[in-house]
Amino acid sequence: MVGYTVRRLLIAVPVMGIIALIVFSLLYLTPGDPAMVLAGDQATPEQIAKIRTSLGLDQAPHVRFVTWLWQMVNGDLGTSIFSGEPVTHMIGQRLQPTFSLLMLSVLLSVSVGVPFGVAAAAQRGGWTDRALTFFTTFGLSLPSFIAGYAIAFVFATTLKWLPVQGFVPLSDGVQPWLRNLILPAVTLSLVYSAIIARVTRASMLEVLSEDYIRTARAKGVAPWRILFRHALKNAAVPVITIIGIGIATLIGSAVITENVFAIPGVGRLTVDAILHRDYPIIQGVVLMLSAAYVLVNVAVDLCYTLLDPRIRY
Amino acid sequence: MSRRADIVIGGGLLAAMIVLALLAPYLLTGDPRALSPGNRLLAPSAGHWFGTDQLGRDLLTRVLYGARISLFVGFSVALLSSLVGTLVGMVSASDRRLDAIVMRVMDGVMSIPAILLAIALMAVIGGSVLNVIVAVTIVEIPRVARLIRGIVLSLREQPYVEAAVAAGTSRPMIVWRHLLPGVMAPLIVQATFVWATAMILEAGLSFIGAGTPPSTPSWGNILADARALWQIRPTLIFFPGVFLFVTLLAVNMLGDGLRDLLDPRQAPET
Repeated sequence: MVGYTVRRLLIAVPVMGIIALIVFSLLYLTPGDPAMVLAGDQATPEQIAKIRTSLGLDQAPHVRFVTWLWQMVNGDLGTSIFSGEPVTHMIGQRLQPTFSLLMLSVLLSVSVGVPFGVAAAAQRGGWTDRALTFFTTFGLSLPSFIAGYAIAFVFATTLKWLPVQGFVPLSDGVQPWLRNLILPAVTLSLVYSAIIARVTRASMLEVLSEDYIRTARAKGVAPWRILFRHALKNAAVPVITIIGIGIATLIGSAVITENVFAIPGVGRLTVDAILHRDYPIIQGVVLMLSAAYVLVNVAVDLCYTLLDPRIRY
Repeated sequence: MSRRADIVIGGGLLAAMIVLALLAPYLLTGDPRALSPGNRLLAPSAGHWFGTDQLGRDLLTRVLYGARISLFVGFSVALLSSLVGTLVGMVSASDRRLDAIVMRVMDGVMSIPAILLAIALMAVIGGSVLNVIVAVTIVEIPRVARLIRGIVLSLREQPYVEAAVAAGTSRPMIVWRHLLPGVMAPLIVQATFVWATAMILEAGLSFIGAGTPPSTPSWGNILADARALWQIRPTLIFFPGVFLFVTLLAVNMLGDGLRDLLDPRQAPET
């Protein structure tokens, strides 16, 4: 297991390298001078020159890539053009709200999506199953930020059950922290839980037609026990896979939805960076969140071996 | 819902939205950018069906003009990423060594959350409708390329393709007569889903200020303008939001229906 973990982590290294190369190459996609595009229309020649040196655009690309990569590996994501602060530091300050939101959304989506999918598979064609089809079609057509406004309008502005906007750090108490995060987490969970439920349903349907399930039924095992003990365990691999893959969409939705609920996280930082044309921050956010996504999927791969002893690498 | 109902309702709604978008200049006399400081933040009324925004611009006019941008971006991205994705997928499937490199790059692109890659691209190439199309197309290409590559690899093992190779058919002819037709159905289905994703990405990009320039009335920009004011005048979010939602629903229903009709193997079991 330890050997496998190490090997799997090593496979993630080239993937991160390719991501770094892609993100690095973006700068050179610009038609014309990237420093001028980044500086904007009203920039002075000094500002353009400053951006050029700070991004290393005055060096040859391959030379620049090596020094840049070395900085990244050492945890140096560069400095902000606008504030002059280190990007690592600026992102670090924004991590707690974003990770709180992501964790809560994953927790909520899994605890709603998996039972929903199991119930839909157990009564194929029944009302739960039809509700799931309806829920998935609508969920996939509703962009998260619009869903966020609808949810905030109903539960915060109209019913006044929960705060409309803002974030309270965990150190100020679990309850206020949770109260501010419930609505955004529900928003993000709409699509994510629908996807998890749909995959759970499909995977369960496959397993439920197996011989050993029929045997268990014939033995008189309680139906819920068949579903959750016998079937779900064997249906888990695709479910875990989609949970991992779905994190990419979840991260993307979080970046946008944070702005609906005024959560001071990485998404807000990104929007401010876009406004100030602060490319090093955007680049840092992309690299960091992509790395998080890759690592989550390494963890998912490791879960396979725990869930299914037949899987050996 | 049956596949026919999906196609008819989805296709019908989408067609209606396209007609509305195309006719926008003839349906309304107003200019979507016309300011009217005296008419700021009006509630929906007979004169302004959807009300007005904080600069007194008529929301109905802006939403209908916004449909043009949203649908145009969605359609262009679907078309372009299908063309380029098919080319990349086919070329990749044709050579094992090339395949290894191309697919690693595609994996890398797909390891970056879509909206983040689009944001980074937009930051680098600058905001315009054309650049939104370019950025979102780049994000979507790997998804099409992977699909096409998979299908071509399995088609190549089919006896009729092997027979054509054995009979000495030229490579372009094999691609044209034997591979492309097999790829068409899943490609059309995928293109409708890309269309929907592209519209969501455009709206998201514009909403956070990284998409179409603020002067262009797109649904994302209208929503972005309403960000600070939605508690005072919720209709500013409601109308563009409903239009976007209905259009996405239409495209997704059309996609689901087409998938069941053209490509039953891909359809989830029901």
